[in-house]
Amino acid sequence: MTDMLLNVTGLSAVSDREGGLPVLRDVSLSLKKGEVRGLVGESGAGKSTIAKAILSILPRTVRVTGGWINFKNRDLLAMKPQELRSIMGSEIALIPQDPQTALNPGRRIGAQLADGLRLKRGMSAKAAEARALQLLADVQIRDPDRVMASFPHQLSGGMRQRVLIAAAFAVDPELVVADEPTTALDVTVQKEILRLIRRMQEAHGTGVLFVTHDLGIVAQICDSVTLLYAGKVIEEGPVRSVLENPQHAYTRALIAAGPRYDRPDAGLEPVPEEILHALRQEIGIR
Amino acid sequence: MIAISILNRLIMAAVTLFGVALIVFVLLRVVPGDPIAMMIAPGASPADILALRARYGLDLSLPAQFGVWLQAVVIGDFGTSISLRRDVLELLLGRLPATLELAFAALVVAVLIGGAVAVIGTLSRRTPLEPAIDATNGVLLAVPDFVWALALVLLLGVLFPIFPLSGRIDPTLSIDFATPFYLAESLVRLRFDIFLDIAAHMVMPVLALALPLATVITRILKEALLEAMVQDYVLLARLKGMSEVRLVLQEALRNAIGPALSLTGVQFTFLVGGTVIVERIFSYPGIGNMAIDAVINRDLPLIQGLVLVFGAIFIVINLGVDLLAAALNPRLRHG
Repeated sequence: MTDMLLNVTGLSAVSDREGGLPVLRDVSLSLKKGEVRGLVGESGAGKSTIAKAILSILPRTVRVTGGWINFKNRDLLAMKPQELRSIMGSEIALIPQDPQTALNPGRRIGAQLADGLRLKRGMSAKAAEARALQLLADVQIRDPDRVMASFPHQLSGGMRQRVLIAAAFAVDPELVVADEPTTALDVTVQKEILRLIRRMQEAHGTGVLFVTHDLGIVAQICDSVTLLYAGKVIEEGPVRSVLENPQHAYTRALIAAGPRYDRPDAGLEPVPEEILHALRQEIGIR
Repeated sequence: MIAISILNRLIMAAVTLFGVALIVFVLLRVVPGDPIAMMIAPGASPADILALRARYGLDLSLPAQFGVWLQAVVIGDFGTSISLRRDVLELLLGRLPATLELAFAALVVAVLIGGAVAVIGTLSRRTPLEPAIDATNGVLLAVPDFVWALALVLLLGVLFPIFPLSGRIDPTLSIDFATPFYLAESLVRLRFDIFLDIAAHMVMPVLALALPLATVITRILKEALLEAMVQDYVLLARLKGMSEVRLVLQEALRNAIGPALSLTGVQFTFLVGGTVIVERIFSYPGIGNMAIDAVINRDLPLIQGLVLVFGAIFIVINLGVDLLAAALNPRLRHG
């Protein structure tokens, strides 16, 4: 168990806003050091809730009703705020979904990159700047000097996401939660960003929990995958076996529903209603 | 680009001032009240009245009067005050600095109070303090400057007579001021005794002018801060371990100032308008106080001059707000 990084066990949560509706039902998943696990599901499946629970930024309306989130064998849910503060942004980092809103429009990139290094690693302003320049070069930004002095609006969406990836890996975290980091980008940039995350992850030996709704992305970047529906784990395992030999009818239908680039005329097949019906009965939703 | 937009603004300013001049000029002459009637000695003959009328150009047709006056104004001649028998421009320049000092002191105080309350309100969100601040501020939003002035007179002038009730400076204190900016000059010349006396005279009028603006700033700025605080960049900064105070001041404030600023600019012009009544209440010798006397005396040249000055102040304020907004927002600066 020494190489186990994250172990979520029996995590359940309800939404108080929706009258105690369960949003997570007995979810378990694990992540080894240096592993990339995809967390996949439709909107509302609970993948973002899990990510937020791990980062301890759940909205006040969502209440955890059971389970553990063990990070390096310590339960994050039982930690005092002060302990959490020392772990978050240091051992656990976030790559956010939307690069438009994740950078402060009023501050220069260099200053924003230096924040984590100064606050979490106690670096001097000068050392943090030097490190930030290096990080920008690492994420393949061509003229890091110019980018350091730029404001976010002067950069493209892809550039901003690179900056955010640099910021996430800046503190050398052991776990990076990537919350649909390519959803807001166009497809060509998406591919580069995925490759970049994989490269950074391999270079730093970081475990990545990759939240996405796109099985295609899972196939490209992940080692293992956990598939959710309505807050319940439907299927999990190594990417290859889940995608090539899915056990659950819903997984099979979901894979079939994806666009086939080799057959552009085939059209899109929605997940059949009877499968969803059976699934809801299995989970116990009326 | 910048040169063109500044030129644009200057042309717009000239057009605005012309409009203001025209409206005031016509309004003053269609409302009842005759300046000559205020100044004729008892027993003056009709011929004397006609002569007086001619002397001030009031015998000409309305467009002709306007033309004569505007021509003079363009070369800096605002005419002679009918009631004070002195050059209007001289009177205005003598009194304007007192009002400018008052208004800017009020602006600074309003920004400090309003900003501080907004920041405290944002920091105290989801505690019982927040609704208390919101409710109090909501009630105080409805209190106008003259009510504040009267309340302050009662509280700090009568009940606890801490501050002087009227005037700009203790008449027994005297230095030969080289400029009409007494407050600034006393500070520059390190005459702190005089500075403190002037400041003490300003406390109540400044508060009366500042508090209505402060409540507006609190309202707008707090809303903008709360909006900024739920942005992803604040979330990320919080994950990096930034303290709440720093999150508000460093991450949110800078992006919240923009929307608050433009409204503060508009409200500041109301504050300048408020100097008229507040200066009157505290017998403060500025152009606002002068404006009331001018209206009572039907002093047409002086009223016209005063209105143009107020108009110019409004234009300068709006220009200043736009320049400040551009300086604070990198997106505007880089076009």
